Amino acid sequence: MPDATILPFSDDGSRARRSLSSVPMPEATPAPDPADYVEPDFEALSQGQPTGSGALAQVNDVVADWLDFLRRRVTGDYVVDDFGFDAELTDRVLLGAMRPVYDSWFRVEARGLENVPAEGGALIVANHSGTIAFDALMTQLALHDHHPAHRNLRMLGADLVFQTPFLGEFARKAGHTLACNPDAERLLADGELVGVWPEGFKGIGKPFRERYKLQRFGRGGFVGTALRTRTPIIPVSIVGAEETYPNLGNIKPLARLFNLPYFPVTPIFPWLGPLGLIPLPSKWIIEFGEPIHTDEYAPGSADDPMLVFNLSDQVRESIQQNLYRILTERDSVWK
Amino acid sequence: MSRVVLVTGVSRHLGSRMARILSYDPQISRVIGVDVVPPREDIGGVEFIRADIRNPVISKVLSSTGADTVVHMGVISTPVQAGGRAAMKEINVMGTMQLLAACQRAESVRHLVVKSTASIYGSGPKDPAMFTEDTQPRSLPQSGWAKDSVEVESYVRAFARRRPDVGVTTLRFANFLGPKADTPMSAYFALPIVPTVLGHDARLQFIHEDDGLEVIRLATVDGHVGTFNVAGDGVLMLSQAIRLAGKASIAVPGPMVGLVGGWVRQSGISDFSAEQIRFLTYGRVLDTTRLHERLGFTPRFTTAEAFADFVQHRGLHYAISAERVESIERGLARALGTATKVEAQIASTLRVADHA
Repeated sequence: MPDATILPFSDDGSRARRSLSSVPMPEATPAPDPADYVEPDFEALSQGQPTGSGALAQVNDVVADWLDFLRRRVTGDYVVDDFGFDAELTDRVLLGAMRPVYDSWFRVEARGLENVPAEGGALIVANHSGTIAFDALMTQLALHDHHPAHRNLRMLGADLVFQTPFLGEFARKAGHTLACNPDAERLLADGELVGVWPEGFKGIGKPFRERYKLQRFGRGGFVGTALRTRTPIIPVSIVGAEETYPNLGNIKPLARLFNLPYFPVTPIFPWLGPLGLIPLPSKWIIEFGEPIHTDEYAPGSADDPMLVFNLSDQVRESIQQNLYRILTERDSVWK
Repeated sequence: MSRVVLVTGVSRHLGSRMARILSYDPQISRVIGVDVVPPREDIGGVEFIRADIRNPVISKVLSSTGADTVVHMGVISTPVQAGGRAAMKEINVMGTMQLLAACQRAESVRHLVVKSTASIYGSGPKDPAMFTEDTQPRSLPQSGWAKDSVEVESYVRAFARRRPDVGVTTLRFANFLGPKADTPMSAYFALPIVPTVLGHDARLQFIHEDDGLEVIRLATVDGHVGTFNVAGDGVLMLSQAIRLAGKASIAVPGPMVGLVGGWVRQSGISDFSAEQIRFLTYGRVLDTTRLHERLGFTPRFTTAEAFADFVQHRGLHYAISAERVESIERGLARALGTATKVEAQIASTLRVADHA
């Protein structure tokens, strides 16, 4: 806090008002009713137990912290980056809601986090599965909470995401952006961790019988981006997401009706209604593989389509081999 | 060399302020302001010539004054200002064509500065997160001011081809805000209840009018040539801006947005064109690297500061004041038997001071 805000309290703790917001109040605003003001007991606060010791003090800290957060939300006193990424909202609300799912429902085990650099740009490339993109959220949470540098994962999404109401708004605030070269290069040049799921809707919407079989990798645009920005590619293999919603069929007329890429049928959806949206509690393993370095290639090699295809294949193979290895290692889908 | 500068669109606030600022510059001996109607504000030492840039009289003005620099600020942004969409298009597009035709004939003209707008990029879900000056727009604007501006810029490019000896500066501004400028966004935030699009939150950028005019001055006096994005640093979300202004808002579901926009438009309070609705849905952010590096200019006001200054000077009606929210926070903290975070921090500062 700037020192200036302390001044009104300095003398006798009279009912001084203060403005924390950077927006000064115009004169037309009705002054807050002094009756609303509850006198803080500064005598007790400054002489009593310092906050932060004891269970009660800890609870008080959490309460005060959340009230502070809510006040800043309501008055607009927060910062987003140029992409619309709202780091505090993401950490507290989105990832906060996902933490119990990560820890208790899917019991995610994040391996190989040391392969992700502590700073600087890198491209995270992973397999995509599970009908609803939980795998993306879990990867974001693994990197944010369990990587020593608490890195934010900035994902690239299809334009469909950004034109869908609520989903588009939510994706922007969580730090994600449109899958296009300018955005990917800008993020990587700024030293951000960028996540791509090259299988796209083909990956998450594939039938259960094709589980853990990587789909086609689009046009390999991500390899060109990595080559141009000379950032490493980190192949990531995610095991467990396939079993959350075993996709048994796709009702195409309903997908067309709701303007969705697919309308899945699982053993419990849509039969159980909203209950069918609860994912099955499979045990997850997210393995971050050895980085594939791109800085050894000559500048301009992004224009060599053969090299781009080869690298794309190398990344794909690496993810696929790791998937098969992890699958043979796991004893059960559920534990 | 003493210079003669001709400024169009001086009847409105930004144009007349610009003309006045240029008239104080020691390198400029004469500033000629041109518009259809006389300026409402005092323009100091600026010579006003009442001329319509929509007819060839402007050519005579150029040749008789021997102007070497033309600053074109005669493009207007809302039909409210022009008295109808047809008149607005006439002023914007036909006016620019006539002005450029006159410039092409005038041997004396060496430099043309055009105040354009970032709305020529359009806004949509398929656009990259930030527009550079070279970004190809994915969704060209289909209506209103933005469409006029696309046409204006294309005529300016054609002019630049025909008169390669004339330096052309195109400045693409984010939305102007400030104590006095009347823009579509200032009218929007002045609505009693601000309508937004349900399920979308646009990223917005603003340029403070002082900074905007300083960029035009810099380009005019120093003769920087090229196309530049101009915006305050940083981004505000639409929802955040509404909260900073303490305004009440209402989220309108997508299919009904056009209808509500029509009501607002008909009431004459604010122009709510289809283009502006798209802007308020998807937003738009400019990459201003070129402004910082080639023009060497950093706006004094960030986007958030420009907005704060606008809110303060306009005295927008607060539905929820920051003070009210703070007192609610304190009340809740008391009810839960604790102090607010700010109070706790102050208390610990006092403790440190006591020990010292």
